[in-house]
This record gives sequence, C-alpha cells and structure tokens, in this order.
Amino acid sequence: MAIEVRIPTILRTYTDGEKAVTADGGSLGALIDSLEADHPGIKERLVENGDLRRFINIYVNDEDVRFIGGLEAELSDGDQVVVLPAVAGG
Amino acid sequence: MLTIAQATYDAIVAHAKRDHPVEACGIVAGPEGSDRPERFVEMVNAAGSPTFYEYDSTDLLELYKDLDQRDEEPVVIYHSHSATEAYPSVTDINLASEPGAHYVLVSTREHGNNDGPVEFRSYRIVDGVVTEEEVTIVPTLTRSES
Repeated sequence: MAIEVRIPTILRTYTDGEKAVTADGGSLGALIDSLEADHPGIKERLVENGDLRRFINIYVNDEDVRFIGGLEAELSDGDQVVVLPAVAGG
Repeated sequence: MLTIAQATYDAIVAHAKRDHPVEACGIVAGPEGSDRPERFVEMVNAAGSPTFYEYDSTDLLELYKDLDQRDEEPVVIYHSHSATEAYPSVTDINLASEPGAHYVLVSTREHGNNDGPVEFRSYRIVDGVVTEEEVTIVPTLTRSES
C-alpha cells in the first residue's frame, strides 16, 4: 500500500527537500510511524504526547483528520495525505 | 528588504483597520522563488480574537491547494496587533512556519478603525530568530524592482 504524503516547506529538511513522499499505513498513526522510519525526526514534529500537535493540520482526501478520528483515522491505498502547519500567532 | 506595491500596502492596512480590535490576517502570494508579493489574499481569523489569529483549517487547505495550482507561494504573511506594537510576539515566533516569507505586522493600537497612520513593519522569522527588514513601498511592482 502506498500513500502520497505532501510535506510542507518547514518539514522538508527531513525529506531531503522533497515536496511529497510515499509512506504506508492502515491508519494515520501507522502512516506517521512509516514516515518516521524513512525520515527520522519527523514524527516529533507531528505528534506530541500521543496526539496530533495542536498547530499541525493533517488532511486525508481534503478532510481534516481531527474530524475523522485523528491518529486513528483509517487510510486506504491511493488516499492523499497533506500536512500543513497552522498559520497562526498572537 | 520587502518591496511592496502601494495598492497592496493600502489593502493590508485597510483590512487591519476594518477588523480592529480583532486581529486581521492574510497573505500576499507571488510566483515561487520570485519574492514578488503580487496577489493579495484576505483570510478570516477563525479565532476572532484581539490577541490571537488562526486560519480555519479548511480555508488553510484551500489556500495552499490554490497556491500549488498557480505555482505560487506566500511571499508575505501579514497580521495585525490591535493593542501592542508591530513586533512578533512569542507565539508568532514559535508558530512561524514559512522561513522564506516576509512576516508583516501592522499595529492598529493608535487609531483603531479610524483614519491615521499605522505601524507597518516586516520581519524574517527563521528557526526562532527574528530579523527586521526595510519596507519599500513602490507605485507598482515592476521587473526591475524585484
């Protein structure tokens, strides 16, 4: 199973500058573990204390994963995953 | 240095004044690698707060898909401070995620919704380090000014 993951500029230091990489996983959590295996350090930028970081948005087929189970969100072959840091501040 | 067209500058200031005391936010997009802020895009502050701003997550995805299709990037990322100076807050610095962008801060603390000058300042924010830069306002962006 291969899922394309779009990587934002700020995290491309982990992917040798690649804008998109492929990873595997039946759930978002498993996908992130697969990303981490190929791109060590990236998981910590996405996950904190076992949950998605507050200011990281991940979308599966244009759906914000917070509304479809978070790290438990199910994935299938061909799904498109997009990672975007929040644009936010004080 | 940030070089920005007068009309774009005016649009950012007008947005900040209109939304005061809520923080206004948005971007100015430009062709990838061009450093030319050409296309003004107002965003909604989903936090609706005088001390915080955040794009709605659906708006954020739409914005980046649109930029992608147009081969653009956010050249300027702007927001306003309605009670404090036009300098990045600790939160702004911690959440800055576009090392290639000019972070523009506008302060409306002095005149609020009314006419009158505002502070308009621009910064690079890279790995938690803030560097202020000069802002040059030009009548229109031309090739020689980029």
